[in-house]
Amino acid sequence: MSTLSIRHLVKEYVPGKPVLKDISLDIEGRGITAIIGPSGTGKSTLIRCINRLINPTSGEILFEGQDLAKLSGQPLREARRRIGMVFQEYNLVERLTVMENVLSGRLGYMNAWSAWRRKFDEADIQKAFTLLKRVGLADFANRRADELSGGQRQRVGIARAVMQSPGLLLADEPTSSLDPKTSVEIMEVMRDLAAENNIPVMINIHQVDLGKRYAQRVIGMSGGLVVYDGAPDGLDGDILKQIYGGQDWLAT
Amino acid sequence: MSVASLGDKSVVTRADFFAPSLGKRLAYVAVFAYLVYAAATLGLSLDRIEKGVGYGVRFLAGFFPPNFTETDIIPGLLESLQIAFLSSLIGTALAIPIAVLAARNLMPPWVSWLARLLIIFCRSFHPVIVAIIAVKAVGFGALAGIIALTFASIGFVGKLLSEAIEEISKKQIEAVRATGASFMNVIAYGVVPQVMNRFIGFIAYETDSNLRNSTMVGVVGAGGIGGTLFSAFQRFDYNFVAGIILCIIGLVMIGEVLQIYVKRVFR
Repeated sequence: MSTLSIRHLVKEYVPGKPVLKDISLDIEGRGITAIIGPSGTGKSTLIRCINRLINPTSGEILFEGQDLAKLSGQPLREARRRIGMVFQEYNLVERLTVMENVLSGRLGYMNAWSAWRRKFDEADIQKAFTLLKRVGLADFANRRADELSGGQRQRVGIARAVMQSPGLLLADEPTSSLDPKTSVEIMEVMRDLAAENNIPVMINIHQVDLGKRYAQRVIGMSGGLVVYDGAPDGLDGDILKQIYGGQDWLAT
Repeated sequence: MSVASLGDKSVVTRADFFAPSLGKRLAYVAVFAYLVYAAATLGLSLDRIEKGVGYGVRFLAGFFPPNFTETDIIPGLLESLQIAFLSSLIGTALAIPIAVLAARNLMPPWVSWLARLLIIFCRSFHPVIVAIIAVKAVGFGALAGIIALTFASIGFVGKLLSEAIEEISKKQIEAVRATGASFMNVIAYGVVPQVMNRFIGFIAYETDSNLRNSTMVGVVGAGGIGGTLFSAFQRFDYNFVAGIILCIIGLVMIGEVLQIYVKRVFR
């Protein structure tokens, strides 16, 4: 049984002009699934519909026995705890320390009074520190997030997402603000942490080569529809042309 | 026939990008004309100004030497200080929830509009007007002054804080929400860290402004040094007036210095 089943998902920001037109997908319990496609084709919208940062117009999103599309309030927040998210611009809380940012992955499990006083479980603090060590930032734990470089911030972002003990990790263009070398490092950190913790990953990515290199499955989107779904090896020039349109850019 | 778009031109002139605006010029003329009109109708002739300045110089001469000996300066100043701190504290405490409710990026429109109306209401009246009403309502003394300045503080801190909250980065909020955090936890980890610095600045500024205003509400009987000042004026005891004014200046300056230290501790 798959971890995530998306059934006939539609999202319209403006009535009658769907950004996502009837998307159906199944994400299996392990590995990396990369979603590629031109800007504006609804990749971010798709990712954000899953954890309901954006509300879908219609369709079902089945995850751990619930239809996420129908949840609201407390049940929705409880479902979100099980879905980690990594953002293009890291989205760390700049004025909090690195440690506070990682521990904020536990906020879904804490009441406001404990959260306000930073009364985290000792076990959570230990886990957060171990994660920081794992991504090579243990020495930065007490530094403020805005003192970090882009690559360091994204490592903290990944640690925060893994800290949630999620059943699914979403990543929205996690490497698009980073240089090529750092991008590869971030992809490896994400792949390794996901594998160690048995978390399936769904990742939007612009760099097709990175997607092919790290994903076990690639989904090509164009115009709000899935136009390719298969192994990275199957992505040839014709299919890329179909996904991105034109062909001049493919010439080398 | 179609109007040539900018993209079709090959030669451009300054006027293509910086066209003169008739409306702007008319506005300048209108503002200047109003200034002349206002000065003329209020009888602000050079003659009147000269007469007024001459009187003012004689009046100021009456200030010297300042008289500090009267014993009611210190109790009056202390009362003003207490009014200022209490009203800042209560006003800020009440302003925080109102500001959160008024922030359009956190609340649905109808909630934020109600909260904004409340803030606008608190800001509509000068503290002295509220003090006059409060004196009528609860009687002479410090309580009326505290009510007046609390009112003003809610308006001031509420407005600035809600604007600060509206300017925070949505991305940081989004990330905290994505962890499954409750609304209060989003406030604690997404909103508070982003506005804390400015919030402390607002409180310091508000306390400073309340310190000045607390020396004035006494004029209408709402407690503090203002009452002493007003009665000295009525007795034409200008030496004593000068003493009180110098003490107020000293108090405000001490407040200014304290503000610097308070900000340093909290940042």
